[in-house]
Amino acid sequence: MANDFAVELRDVVKLYGNMAAVDHVSMSIRHNEFFSLLGPSGCGKTTCLRIIAGFERPTSGQVLIDNKIMGLTPPFQRNVNTVFQSYALFPHMTVEQNVAFGLEMKGVSRAEINRRVGEALELVRLPHLAKRYPKQMSGGQQQRVALARALVNRPKVLLLDEPLGALDLKLRKEMQIELKTLQRDVGITFIYVTHDQEEALTMSDRIAVMSHGKALQIGSPLEIYERPTCKFVADFIGETNFLEGRVTAVNGEFATLTIRNGYVFTGRRVNGLQVGEVATLSVRPEKMQLVEHPVEGSANTYEVTVFSIAYVGSDTRVIINLGDQRLDVWEQNSTSTLNPDDYFFKPGEKAWLTFKPENALVLAQ
Amino acid sequence: MLQTIRERRGLQVLGLMLPGGFWLIVFFALPLALIFAISLMSRDELSRPALPLTLANYQQTFDPLYINLFLFSIGLSLLTTLITLIIAFPVALFMARLPRRWRTVMTLLVMIPFWTNFLVRTYALQFLMRANGPINTLLLNLGLIHEPIQMLSTPFAVLVGLVYGELPFMILPLYTSLEKFDWSIVEAAQDLGADALRTLVRVVLPLTAPGILAGSILVFVPSVGSYITVELMGGGKINMIGRVIAQQFGQSGNWPFGSAISLILMVVVTVAALVYFRIGRGERSAL
Repeated sequence: MANDFAVELRDVVKLYGNMAAVDHVSMSIRHNEFFSLLGPSGCGKTTCLRIIAGFERPTSGQVLIDNKIMGLTPPFQRNVNTVFQSYALFPHMTVEQNVAFGLEMKGVSRAEINRRVGEALELVRLPHLAKRYPKQMSGGQQQRVALARALVNRPKVLLLDEPLGALDLKLRKEMQIELKTLQRDVGITFIYVTHDQEEALTMSDRIAVMSHGKALQIGSPLEIYERPTCKFVADFIGETNFLEGRVTAVNGEFATLTIRNGYVFTGRRVNGLQVGEVATLSVRPEKMQLVEHPVEGSANTYEVTVFSIAYVGSDTRVIINLGDQRLDVWEQNSTSTLNPDDYFFKPGEKAWLTFKPENALVLAQ
Repeated sequence: MLQTIRERRGLQVLGLMLPGGFWLIVFFALPLALIFAISLMSRDELSRPALPLTLANYQQTFDPLYINLFLFSIGLSLLTTLITLIIAFPVALFMARLPRRWRTVMTLLVMIPFWTNFLVRTYALQFLMRANGPINTLLLNLGLIHEPIQMLSTPFAVLVGLVYGELPFMILPLYTSLEKFDWSIVEAAQDLGADALRTLVRVVLPLTAPGILAGSILVFVPSVGSYITVELMGGGKINMIGRVIAQQFGQSGNWPFGSAISLILMVVVTVAALVYFRIGRGERSAL
């Protein structure tokens, strides 16, 4: 079947008063996909999730789960389960009772419930805490209970609302790997809401980057990082340098941009930009090099002044001045040395900046 | 002197207990002891409490007449508690889910009746329910009934009076516990396949049990001993234990018997409250 998706949003709009929390969002999430909704707070990602779960009704548009139009189907009749940001465990029930709740509601037999609850707790490695109450457990443990409580129902789709948000960094990293492994093992579609771009890049098969209620770009982590289609995505994911100017030449895949202070750069042409249009060149700090002597005739090569350098272990972060334009350049520390002089550039020194046109993007303003 | 107090821990503890202890003794222990003493007395020719001591007052309490009155009072109060709970829960739920600003307004609206004298409010209720009062007139004009319904001087009238009077005492504790409620838990229950009824029974009710308990006791205890409502709404034809006690201290001038019933009532209410708390706790741990 051509249009076989786990979840589909078709032109979904959610208005609160005059404010569009979700603004004409369409996305198709494939079976067994780890799909992330990524964006800053207030971008509408959680509202999207709540619309899929059925807690919010879209103002217009359709939600399909497993190719069925949901319409007014209430949350308890949808074949999805949610892991809430606050976990929302039942405080008056033990871990075991929490996990069993969904199965009891479905009328599963007691023996089957016991077996599956055991399995689910095994899966999140908490069988020894079955008799505990939520408040007697750490945040990380509660998070696993919330996960087990959702997974035990074997939903078609699991919705996760910033499930690692409340955990400390180390535990979060561990849980990221664990969640990803779990998702692969159980073969359930995950829709994962996060504002942490690294988390989204690490775990997702595909990411939808959202801002102001709109899904700006949907694609694999690679596509999102290497080929952002707008300034917001380029800026939000990873670090980048923006150089603003006007398109002065177009050559198939590439566009040439003259920036304010007269320098001319060439990069990949995005959004079908035409000569004369205002545009922004986006080039990531790690995709540029600083060299002592330029290669003759290479594009995007200019003499610059080193402004400052910062050693951060894996690389050295150099800030350079190109005329009055300041740029970040990250040089990988590929050799190990204790002599600071081995790092070629020092503040105040001249160097040559160079990068290939295919490593930069010319984006619409 | 101060030195001695500093050095001796016993004295310190005694000093700290003094204000509270004084309060308890003067306003609680002494009156109770007084009532207990009177309940064991007989009466002189002028009906004043007097020696010798006797248990006759307590024996009289176990007369079927009074036992039935006790049972009737408890029954009607339980019914009052149940009805106020049924009415108050949706109201409290509604209030708790309002935007914060409106919650304050609603709380105020619930409390405003307190600012009107209770007697006046009961008279107003009496007026509404009279044979030629607005309710009967309306029903007659609508053709729903052909002659006025006798509402006053019935247990129903007393029940209405009690429910009306006690409702805020149920709404406010329920509202307090519902206001603190974490609604994402309700969403979690629905997400896991619980419909509205099962969410209520399995999640909302157990978690608001403390509010329900508090409200029930606040309603039940004054209802069992209520006097004014019974007097006005019952029109002298309905008797409850609180009215009997009032009569003993008033018209009948039998203080010892009145004291005995009061103490028995206190024991009954205390036991009921304890049982209620026990049930409440049992429910919580069982779920």
